[in-house]
Amino acid sequence: MATESRDYTEATETDRELTMSRAMVEAIAWEMRENEEVFYMGEDVADYGGIFSSTTGLLDEFGRDRVMDVPISETAYLGAAVGAAQAGMRPIAELMFVDFFGVAMDQIYNNMAKNTYMSGGSFSVPMVLTTAVGGTYNDAGQHSQTLYGTFAHLPGMKVVVPSTAYDAKGLMHSAIRDDDPVVYMFHKRLMGLGWMPSPSGPKTGVPKDDYTIPFGEADVKRPGDDVTVVTLGLHVHRAMEAAEQLDDDGIDAEVIDLRTLVPLDTETVLDSVRKTGKLLVVDEDYQSFGVTGEIIARAAEGALDDLSAVKRLAIPDVPIPYARSLEDEVNPGTDDIAAAVRELHE
Amino acid sequence: MVSVTDLQTMYEQMVTARHYEERLVDEYLVGKQPAFDISAGPIPGELHLAAGHEASGAGVCMHLRDDDTVTAPHRPHHIAIAKGVDLKRMTAEIFGRKTGLCRGKGGHMHLFDPDVNFACSGIIAQGCPPAVGAAMAAKKRNTDSVAVAFLGEGAIDQGGFLESLNLAAVHDLPVVFVVEDNDWAISMPKDRVTDVQNGAQRAAGFDLPGVRIDSDDATAVYEAAGEAVMRARDGNGPTLIEVQVHRRMGHFMGDAEAYRPEADIDRAKQRDSIERLAEDLRSHGVTDDELDEIRERAHERVEEAISWAKEQPEPDPEEAYENVFTNPPAQAATDGGSAADASGDADETGGDN
Repeated sequence: MATESRDYTEATETDRELTMSRAMVEAIAWEMRENEEVFYMGEDVADYGGIFSSTTGLLDEFGRDRVMDVPISETAYLGAAVGAAQAGMRPIAELMFVDFFGVAMDQIYNNMAKNTYMSGGSFSVPMVLTTAVGGTYNDAGQHSQTLYGTFAHLPGMKVVVPSTAYDAKGLMHSAIRDDDPVVYMFHKRLMGLGWMPSPSGPKTGVPKDDYTIPFGEADVKRPGDDVTVVTLGLHVHRAMEAAEQLDDDGIDAEVIDLRTLVPLDTETVLDSVRKTGKLLVVDEDYQSFGVTGEIIARAAEGALDDLSAVKRLAIPDVPIPYARSLEDEVNPGTDDIAAAVRELHE
Repeated sequence: MVSVTDLQTMYEQMVTARHYEERLVDEYLVGKQPAFDISAGPIPGELHLAAGHEASGAGVCMHLRDDDTVTAPHRPHHIAIAKGVDLKRMTAEIFGRKTGLCRGKGGHMHLFDPDVNFACSGIIAQGCPPAVGAAMAAKKRNTDSVAVAFLGEGAIDQGGFLESLNLAAVHDLPVVFVVEDNDWAISMPKDRVTDVQNGAQRAAGFDLPGVRIDSDDATAVYEAAGEAVMRARDGNGPTLIEVQVHRRMGHFMGDAEAYRPEADIDRAKQRDSIERLAEDLRSHGVTDDELDEIRERAHERVEEAISWAKEQPEPDPEEAYENVFTNPPAQAATDGGSAADASGDADETGGDN
């Protein structure tokens, strides 16, 4: 098993680029070949291959016993994944949209997340809960949320948010091999779907062999001296775009992709703000009581003396609206990020 | 017995719904070709069309008044039309306009029209409990209003539906549950996800009447729904009806339906509830000219709604912050941050999809 190659040399030398969905599926297929105990269940994951191409081709290779379409009964099948995991298998269960969590949250946070602890460690729940997150395509309040903060807030779940194909594969290998429940949140806009064009960033070189990316290691996507931008998911790419614009104006932004929320790589954030003194956190989840507040709190706890200014951009505590003009207003864009960095830099 | 006038009304609603959806397809594809991009064009986002479901909405809603509540799922247009939802404002909502039913906040899956007590929502079986609640309110207030929850056959395995059946039954609430069985839960055929092929059988487990209508025959739906609605209005409790309908289009626009056998698609298109009802009308002596007249009237109404909608203004970005609460707190959670900032310099803060 290879370990992560931080400089991406290995990735670029593979001479092939994959979309995030292909990379994610490649890791799942690898694990399913290696381990009979791994299986995938969810709605429309067999013949359809996942509404967001999270399981394309798996049915053909592994058959219906291991790639299971399930009834629209999230409480039952997510809870069943918990039971199968406690029995020692390694299920992957897909919640089609993270917004549907409400239907089955009892199984997710009262069983999946807590059984290890409540059993005093006598049970473990080695399952992966995959789920599609994010907006930007005008699907309104029940199909556009990320809910990063909601899942990260409740103890007992590891929470993973890949932003590139390379990370998607390595984090999926890690997620399946992990002995704890992992919530693997893939952003629809990054999957490389023909019908929902991705920005150019998430399609990256991906090694053919398996490799893991350890949880709790943020990725400094772009080193910079002036302002730290901490973000995740889709907004990694928006922040990178903003950083390019800012570079033209002589502002040097450092962009950090958290990659995992639980565990959270506080050290990388602190190292950066100790250098820049200025922190912007960008999130596609609701602003209050969420990721932005948490990052800023950790920065304040760990590097208060070094901080001269902080700012955050997130969904401003409104449900995601449908109309394009309204959704654009509430979802932080590249220009918003650039403007916020400029403000911090002044 | 259903009157010819009622049959004609149903026919008009059904052809309105069908034409409406066919026209929405045209409008939806604007800006999305040649490469399909779900977020492009004047109608962005998912669009779930109900062509082939019309008999169910029309046959049931014929028995409903404005004060009766209807909840519909993510495939709502035919039901909304039959319930009497304002077509112009509904269309403006689908186009994401300021004067839409929901001021551009809801879109096609989340249409709300309090004037006729209609609401729809995007998550499976989600409308069932609120329909039970509307029925509960009617019973507590001693009105004879009823509630109807529409759902797809994919929803009959969902807790929200099953729990609603029980709650409605134990309190004898005036609810009718209408399952539209189009054979497909996105890509999953019914027999892959449940051993019960007749969804009306779910009723037996909760000790309430269950009726299955094996063909999307508007007259048969009308008759079964008439009994169920009367039973509810008379205080005799809930009924479950399942209607066989057909999905003439994909789950959503852009669904290539690679999972679906060609023969099944052909069969869905051949079994046309609208043509069947036209035959019934002809057998009752309604002439082709009269049918043409109904169709023309329906088409004009649809065109008028679409033209009106397209002329409507888009919402101002700062409207995004309105309507979170009916009584907004004096200091909203983010007033100190982005909300205040954004409303102050809205022109600069638009997103960049």
